[in-house]
Amino acid sequence: MSEIIKKNLSEIIDLIKKKEIKSEELANLYIDKVNKSKKLNSYITTCFEHTIQKSKEFDKKPNLNSLLPGVPLAVKDLFCTNGFKTTAGSKMLENFIPQYESTVTENLWKEGAILLGKLNCDEYAMGSSNETSYFGNVINPIARDTVPGGSSGGSASALAADLTPATIGTDTGGSIRQPASFTGTVGLKPTYGLCSRWGIVAFASSLDQAGPMTKSVKDCSIMLEAMVGFDNKDSTSIEKKKENYSKNLKTDIKGLKIGIPKEYRVENMPKEIDELWNKGKNILKDLGADIIDISLPHTKYALPTYYIVAPAEASSNLARYDGVKYGYRSSKGNDLIEMYENTRSEGFGDEVKRRILIGTYVLSSGYYDAYYLKAQKVRQLIKKDFDENFGKVDAILTPSTPSSAFKIGEKTNDPISMYLNDIFTVPVNLAGLPAISVPAGLDKKGYPLGLQLIGKTLDEQNILNVAYAFEKNCNFKNEIKNWWL
Amino acid sequence: MSKNKFDYFIKGEKNNYEVIIGLEVHAQVSSNSKLFSGSATKFGAEPNSQVSLIDSAFPGMLPVINKECIKQAIRTGLGLNAKINNNSVFDRKNYFYADLPQGYQISQYKNPIVGEGKVLLDMPYGSKEIGIERLHLEQDAGKSIHDMDPSSTYVDLNRSGIALMEIVSKPDLRSPEEVNAYIKKLRTIMRYLETCDGNMQEGSLRADVNVSVRQVGDKNFGTRCEIKNVNSIKFMQMAIEYEANRQVELLDEGKKIEQETRLFDTKKNETRSMRSKEDAHDYRYFPDPDLLPLKIEQKLIDDLKKTLPELPDNKKERFMSDYGLNSYEANVLVSEKEISNYYEEVAKLSDKKLAATWMMGDLFAMLNDKGLNISKSPISAKNFAELVQSIKSGEISGRIAKEVFELMVESGDNPKKIIESKGMKQQSDPNELEKIINEILTKNKDKVDQYKSGKEKLFGFFVGQVMKQSGGKANPQLTNDILKKLLKG
Repeated sequence: MSEIIKKNLSEIIDLIKKKEIKSEELANLYIDKVNKSKKLNSYITTCFEHTIQKSKEFDKKPNLNSLLPGVPLAVKDLFCTNGFKTTAGSKMLENFIPQYESTVTENLWKEGAILLGKLNCDEYAMGSSNETSYFGNVINPIARDTVPGGSSGGSASALAADLTPATIGTDTGGSIRQPASFTGTVGLKPTYGLCSRWGIVAFASSLDQAGPMTKSVKDCSIMLEAMVGFDNKDSTSIEKKKENYSKNLKTDIKGLKIGIPKEYRVENMPKEIDELWNKGKNILKDLGADIIDISLPHTKYALPTYYIVAPAEASSNLARYDGVKYGYRSSKGNDLIEMYENTRSEGFGDEVKRRILIGTYVLSSGYYDAYYLKAQKVRQLIKKDFDENFGKVDAILTPSTPSSAFKIGEKTNDPISMYLNDIFTVPVNLAGLPAISVPAGLDKKGYPLGLQLIGKTLDEQNILNVAYAFEKNCNFKNEIKNWWL
Repeated sequence: MSKNKFDYFIKGEKNNYEVIIGLEVHAQVSSNSKLFSGSATKFGAEPNSQVSLIDSAFPGMLPVINKECIKQAIRTGLGLNAKINNNSVFDRKNYFYADLPQGYQISQYKNPIVGEGKVLLDMPYGSKEIGIERLHLEQDAGKSIHDMDPSSTYVDLNRSGIALMEIVSKPDLRSPEEVNAYIKKLRTIMRYLETCDGNMQEGSLRADVNVSVRQVGDKNFGTRCEIKNVNSIKFMQMAIEYEANRQVELLDEGKKIEQETRLFDTKKNETRSMRSKEDAHDYRYFPDPDLLPLKIEQKLIDDLKKTLPELPDNKKERFMSDYGLNSYEANVLVSEKEISNYYEEVAKLSDKKLAATWMMGDLFAMLNDKGLNISKSPISAKNFAELVQSIKSGEISGRIAKEVFELMVESGDNPKKIIESKGMKQQSDPNELEKIINEILTKNKDKVDQYKSGKEKLFGFFVGQVMKQSGGKANPQLTNDILKKLLKG
């Protein structure tokens, strides 16, 4: 029976639809393994009573026409869940229980999914290794001393360790794709505005986007279909007809033009990443795609631009955590200002404080033009780079990350080298484009590496198709040995 | 102050100073729900009963613009003869305060929804144009209540997120009287448009006042001080007066004026420093990434323009040309939409000029006395028109009319009915009058002789006797004519 939870989401859905397994049985399998996998620290909160109750309800009256019939799912702890703690990985929200449900999770439950628990993440999604969480770091199931990436590190770890059949994360600068790459899983960041941001704890509003994290491209298409939809509660939501990503998934990519941007060949990049990239090119070429060299000249400015725009927005978005209305409040302080200072000093961790300080600085009078305004201009240039090339190519292939999963603690004292991990993912967020990371191979340590496919605005179907074709011909196999059990 | 010449100057030791005033008026938009949430906006509701998750800034909550508020801002802009910007941007103004749940106020900074416009003031020394710099939309903050508990502050978020229009004038105002006229004119325009109820007691209209002084003849502006959040015209005038004198005193002493924000203490009638320029907040404005730039189609502006009501300036012109009113009368009668409607109803049914005189006299005095709005007047426009016509036709005299008026106020009755039932009709039958007058002349033969020998002052005596005899109902004109005729004989 425990072989079942190793299966992909699409296979599990088939079992439920064929009535070969009940929702409650499935839930119990996951609950059992979650209980045995605390070492990974991928869950912050579990809600098993709720899971069992809902799965029983499903089994009594199963609706098999939904996309995720009776499927238990854990989600990143950045999505507000009605009646269940939502911490954003922060002491500030340690005991915060929302009385509302995020639009994206609501969409999942409407498609039949059932909440299994809330997954660990970097504090307020700020981090690339899931080491900034107030609830402790998360371990990557591929090796006991490695990070799962971040910020959706708990999601990636739980998925790779079969503690949830699929999951969702949020991606502001690579927070879905980088951990997917580190754990040998699939992660997609949709076009900005495709998934509603309503009810997701905000990090950087103009960059944040929810997306699926799965074991296969097909699973990814199912999850995406379940998550998306126009939401009039989010002013940046895109009004558009829902697509049948899973039904329209195909492997025929003959004649598609795939761009290879020369700027993504960065200094000191491990040779094996370059080799992997070449392997990807060759696979797509063999499948009939045209490989075209392109240039995205402003790529080198993406990271500094991102580290101005994202902290600027964060510094303002996080102002609401002041101890007045909800969340943590320090007991120290003699007046309002001291209460603020103590609450925010004690409630936020170092990385969050660092970004609030950076953000406050770049928006300050006298610095605004030199930093924030300039960054906004560069952001337009980066977007223009993509727009111009998407006249010539249908998708762009790059590595997902400049390295495989690194060691726990390796970069915690060097924020810059930590930030550099997002070098290939950040430009996509700045341009608002969709991109998917798909597992492509293992490095010499046996750690997985991913390749990234970047698509045109709202062209999710196309990059899913290319990733699907690639996956079928890549023969990637994740080797996770359940060492923690 | 002289009626015909502007003369508001502050006398310094050596020089006279001119006072330069600019206003930032905060007008609450009339709308059923808040600027970015669906919460209600009723005044005086139970504390924290009109607060949504958005207004209280829960994690993951997002603002969605209320289109009605946009329309109200556009209508107001059109009423101020201003340019409506097809593209504008909502920015975040960042600061911490307990009644500001988001930690920022959503406002408009560099690109407001409404650009330059103008407002026309009627001053005793002629009409004066006041430039409007801009109008922008922003959220109101909540309310901190410090006096309910000795050691705690309570916060009421009912006001949090309500839409305000900030209307910024150019520094074109020169006296407390002009400020009075300006605020009243703005209020009139917005009430005509129904975009702000202008109720200052409820805080629907408040202002920050910028004051500076300069020597008469000087072309450059002096350093200004901003007096925050003054909520009545009287206090604005007092604050300006105090502040201008304070600045002149400083200059006379050879001191410099520091640019600062000041508070007006209504009890002590003085302004006090709140914070200096150095301590000024750095609000770190930046475009709100939760909201797309606001694009307004020209068609919407054109459509709204078509539905605008007749505004006070135009109505005044029309009242002068159609009803033959003078500028002063027309001004008073257009000052509120309800007043102008009442007047037009009356004027349609009666003498236009006489109607204006009686409205501005007895009717306003009565309403003022009773503290009533004209819409609550105990005398309907139709009845009032009948009263005016009764005077005009000579049916009753002005003196009797005042009595009828009082009875109308008490009973709400039609004046005809009152005149009939109380027998108050004017005695206008020449034969009847002649009979009365003859009687009086016969009774007072000695006085008639004195009159005829040159003591013409006695004419008044005879008139008085006629009035006495007729119970005040004798038609005065007719009485005069007949008396003259008979005394000649």
